[in-house]
Amino acid sequence: MSERIIAAPVIDPSTQSFWDAAREGRLMLGLCRDTGRHFFYPRGASPFTLSPNVELVPASGFGTIYSYTVMRVAEPYACAYVELAEGPRIFTNIVDCAFEDIRIGMKVRVVFKPTRDAEGAAGAPVPMFAPA
Amino acid sequence: MSLRGRACIVGAFEHPTRKAPDKSVAQLHAEVAFGALQDAGLTKADVDGYFCAGDAPGMGPLAMADYLGLDRLSHVDSTDIGGSSYLAHVAHAAAAIALGRCNIALITLAGRPRSEGQATGTGARAQNPTVPDDPFEIPMGRTVAGSYALCAMRHMHEFGTTSEDLAWIKVAASQHAQHNPHAMLKKPVTVEEVVNSPMVADPLHRLDCCVISDGGGALIVARPEIARSLKRPVVTVRGTGESIKGQFGGYPDLTFSGARFSGARAFAEAGVTPADIRYASIYDSFTITVLIQLEDLGFCAKGEGGRFVRDGNLISGVGRLPFNTDGGGLCNNHPANRGGMTKVIEAVRQLRGEAHPAVQVPDCGLALAHGTGGLLGHRHGSATLIMERE
Repeated sequence: MSERIIAAPVIDPSTQSFWDAAREGRLMLGLCRDTGRHFFYPRGASPFTLSPNVELVPASGFGTIYSYTVMRVAEPYACAYVELAEGPRIFTNIVDCAFEDIRIGMKVRVVFKPTRDAEGAAGAPVPMFAPA
Repeated sequence: MSLRGRACIVGAFEHPTRKAPDKSVAQLHAEVAFGALQDAGLTKADVDGYFCAGDAPGMGPLAMADYLGLDRLSHVDSTDIGGSSYLAHVAHAAAAIALGRCNIALITLAGRPRSEGQATGTGARAQNPTVPDDPFEIPMGRTVAGSYALCAMRHMHEFGTTSEDLAWIKVAASQHAQHNPHAMLKKPVTVEEVVNSPMVADPLHRLDCCVISDGGGALIVARPEIARSLKRPVVTVRGTGESIKGQFGGYPDLTFSGARFSGARAFAEAGVTPADIRYASIYDSFTITVLIQLEDLGFCAKGEGGRFVRDGNLISGVGRLPFNTDGGGLCNNHPANRGGMTKVIEAVRQLRGEAHPAVQVPDCGLALAHGTGGLLGHRHGSATLIMERE
């Protein structure tokens, strides 16, 4: 597989702590304290209640593939929704795996992949998933 | 208040161009506006309502009303739910007319992604730092084709839908497009040709994707008394519905679309059922879009879409539900990467009895048009319109 350049996420004050954790190799999820449900992507209001009573909590980093596709572009890559053990299905990539081995239901674990911004500088790493 | 019978579509025009390198987007808006007014037998001076969406340059109505010389507007609306916007605009125009805020509304769409060389389906997009989902999805290589492919893959997994099933949708569209002199792809294709075309985003092949075209379209919506005073067949708005479907915190179910909600609302307002519909314009950015929407609109049960579209069931004169008789986005035209406008226009042609004779549904009295805008597998808008010939 050829190496494609992954675009650095644009970070704002409301998502800074998520990306700070990513730099330490930790995947975080939003948690709605009112309902006890996890959510993704993180935000300052619960998508279940709209209450600001939310916090960022660590995820186990394990999940299963809910759906996937292989983008057949010059440098192909595999997009997927991974259903995390905590519940949310997050849009990500499947990496470190031959495309033909990817299956719905496959168990995966998070790996962080480096990114670069438009000037070529290193950005925060992004959570992708490899076979567990 | 029900919108049933409160407004009529009195003018419809589809730009014949499919490639317009020498025209501006604003100019295309003007050309389709003029065409729709001519079709209705009206003039610019009659227009007191104007509707446009994100394809319109500038701040939408501000730039466009000025450019078009719409100097008598008492109502404007720039609702943007992607390619489904224009179906919602018809409903919003009907509501505005019912409330007395305007009498004759113009809706325009135009764009030139083909001349601009856009890789609409597979190209990477830049992050907009104010859009909250962008930093979590754009670095992952989110694309239009990929988003729809994720839905197709899951549908196949849960229901056993096959690539051959999806191919039948393209085959039906191509059977219709051969009669449309303006269609980009006029040559009928076979199931084998579709499934053997290059893979774009598994399991979607190149021929599962719509065309990329320049062009546009416009509609005129008017008060029923005005519609009856004009010389054209009267097409009445009977039912309308809208919805937005997102991930809502990371819980997407990729097997259904917002059509489940917008369709139910439109059928309830219209007081009819899917079995009553004689012709359907179904948004066809990809073959999977059609299949999922047909299920969600109630033309068949969830998971039965593959069986429903097989063996030419969508081909006019052959199957039970003639769809996209202009060739649709899959073969005819997808101006500005937004197919909702042309969905309404072909439904109006069918209800007027003005579709191509080879694809005209005999005595077509009740038609449905449905659109999906945005990304089916991420977040999208849906709008459904049921229309009848008076």
